[in-house]
Amino acid sequence: MGAYIVRRVIAMVLMLIALSMITFLLFNVLPADPARLTCGKACTPAVIAANRHRLGLDDPLYVQYEKFVKGIFVGRTYGSGTATFDCHVPCLGYSFRQGEQVTDLIKAKFPITAQLAAGGFILWLVSGVSIGIIAALKRGKWEDRAIMGAALVGYSFPSFFIGLLLLYFVQIKWHLVSFAGYTSFFDSPSLWFQALILPWIAIAMVQAAFYARLTRNQMLETMGEDYIRTARAKGLKERTVIGRHGLRAGLTPIVTAAGLDLAYVLGGAIITEQVFNLDGLGKLAITSVIDSDLPTITATVLVAATFIIVSNLIVDLLYAIIDPRVRLA
Amino acid sequence: MSQPFLDVKELRVQFPTEDGIVNAVDGVSFSVQKNETLAIVGESGSGKSVTAQAVMGLINRKSATITGEVFLDGEELVSASKEQVRSLRGKRMAMIFQDPLSSLHPFYSIGRQLVEAIKVHQDISKAKALGISRDMLDRVGIPNPERRLKDYPHNLSGGMRQRVMIAMALLNDPELLIADEPTTALDVTVQAQIIELLRGLQKEFGTAIVLITHDLGVVADMADQVVVMYGGRVVENAGIEDIYYRPEMPYTWGLLGSVPRMDVGRHERLEPIPGQPPSLIRLPKGCVFRPRCPYHELVPGNRCDDERPDLVPTSASHAVRCHLEPAQRREIAAERLGSPAMEET
Ligand SMILES: Nc1ncnc2c1ncn2[C@@H]1O[C@H](COP(=O)(O)OP(=O)(O)OP(=O)(O)O)[C@@H](O)[C@H]1O
Ligand code: SF4
Ligand SMILES: [Mg+2]
Repeated sequence: MGAYIVRRVIAMVLMLIALSMITFLLFNVLPADPARLTCGKACTPAVIAANRHRLGLDDPLYVQYEKFVKGIFVGRTYGSGTATFDCHVPCLGYSFRQGEQVTDLIKAKFPITAQLAAGGFILWLVSGVSIGIIAALKRGKWEDRAIMGAALVGYSFPSFFIGLLLLYFVQIKWHLVSFAGYTSFFDSPSLWFQALILPWIAIAMVQAAFYARLTRNQMLETMGEDYIRTARAKGLKERTVIGRHGLRAGLTPIVTAAGLDLAYVLGGAIITEQVFNLDGLGKLAITSVIDSDLPTITATVLVAATFIIVSNLIVDLLYAIIDPRVRLA
Repeated sequence: MSQPFLDVKELRVQFPTEDGIVNAVDGVSFSVQKNETLAIVGESGSGKSVTAQAVMGLINRKSATITGEVFLDGEELVSASKEQVRSLRGKRMAMIFQDPLSSLHPFYSIGRQLVEAIKVHQDISKAKALGISRDMLDRVGIPNPERRLKDYPHNLSGGMRQRVMIAMALLNDPELLIADEPTTALDVTVQAQIIELLRGLQKEFGTAIVLITHDLGVVADMADQVVVMYGGRVVENAGIEDIYYRPEMPYTWGLLGSVPRMDVGRHERLEPIPGQPPSLIRLPKGCVFRPRCPYHELVPGNRCDDERPDLVPTSASHAVRCHLEPAQRREIAAERLGSPAMEET
């Protein structure tokens, strides 16, 4: 087990390094000139040249990458002489557009995305899995057919459409939730809830449909396994057979899917944040793309990808805890 | 004779499917006494496993129509409540399954799975249940049982897993043990050990055993009575001597092939018989074995095609389902087997 974890962590670190290189390269060979983007209308060739030098963009690429990585771990100082500014650890670059260090931008936006992701995640996981279990237990009956039919419909609607529907009916027409927009939980739990409930549902709907189908199929497959028959042959109550023997094995693959999906939303729910005007990472990513704000684009991509790589590791470790056979690997 | 411990009467299991109703078990009757072993033989798909699982109440009543009667120590199970049958399962009757590799839960330790089996039926502490489990593992010949309790199924070999399955079945001292091809997945030496183990346990506890097998050697080693199934029905039911020396049904002759004698029959697999097993959905009007039977012409008046033969007793412990005259059957059997090797018994 120990060796397994060490191996997996090393693999993860290598992957993060490769990822940072690729992202870095990708956004530095883009046609847009990062130095040109630093000054907008006030640009003169002299200013551009000065800024290029300040940002270190006149260094060779590998030197730039080295500085970038160093910035993450020890911080970085841009410019020289009197015109310097510090970028504290972890420095992911400086956004001229926003006039702020990218790390601070991300730190400011992340909590909203995290709340959106966590609420949506809980909602879709709980509803999807329990609906899936019910469908599996009622296999072939009308309950099963109705659930699977609804899941198919839910699954085929894009989440922005569901979001717009919710927005239109629940908020605009029926006035069931306030227009106040995002409010901190500590300021008003009620407004906080009203701002987030619709985005949660919008995110959860499609996912719940997917998890319901996944859970149902997993459960049906598991309940047909030989060890389930053994459990029944022992004389266990059906409740125990399903709960202790069926769910344990049937839900294991769902852990993988759930971990990765959560990481994915944590990286920014681009569409949902846009539809509900929530100021999270997804919105930051979109704004930075529209503004060609390269340091911010690089950083948001890097952060989103890091979530996925880290959750991959967590999921695999969880797997090893759930399934004793994995420990050998 | 006393009342049999397990008495199966006209058991019928039908599965409705898209293609029609599958008559997996079609009026099967047999009985087993304590201390006795009944073997069920027959080719793949003849309904052996479905019969066993129906007795154990392991066939989902929603997915099948089950009729007939199953008496366990006088108590009828087909009409009993689910809860009633559940409470007997694993306690008074236990079952060992065909595939030990997939029959243990991969996520739980051996100890946990054994303890669970005890605690459903006995209100004792976990420590005590662990003790019983360890003793049982020891009893079925698993070395180092204390350590094995902490192992997971994937740590054990196929033979060890099958022993664990046997141990699990025996934990609550069942009076009836149904073993569905308990040795098929195992190599020959392990097979022999498992059979030896079952025999020893039967001697010790007086268990009634129903043994489903493809292995005629195992039948010769263990069985007192043999039920031959074909197309979901019993076609011959006879004592072990009769099956090997005086079989009376053409299908049984085919099964035994050219080496039916007990001594040579050791570890002979059932001989494949030319032709296809019958469809269980559209059963023929006459004898199910008719399409593959070389002897139907000996029966006058197309009876094999038109009339379903009954299972008719020819002696107290021998019954046969065939239209041939008893004298004819004996003559053909003697001819096929050579002279009956009575002296060897
Ligand atoms: N749930 C089910 N639905 C439909 N048909 C079934 C079902 N279970 C079993 N059958 C059919 O019943 C027949 C008898 O199956 P069974 O498993 O009892 O055969 P068997 O004699 O044990 O064969 P084997 O030697 O291969 O184990 C088969 O044709 C099988 O396809
Ligand atoms: S009844 Fe006829 S077809 Fe059937 S086994 Fe006997 S002889 Fe063969
Ligand atoms: Mg079988």
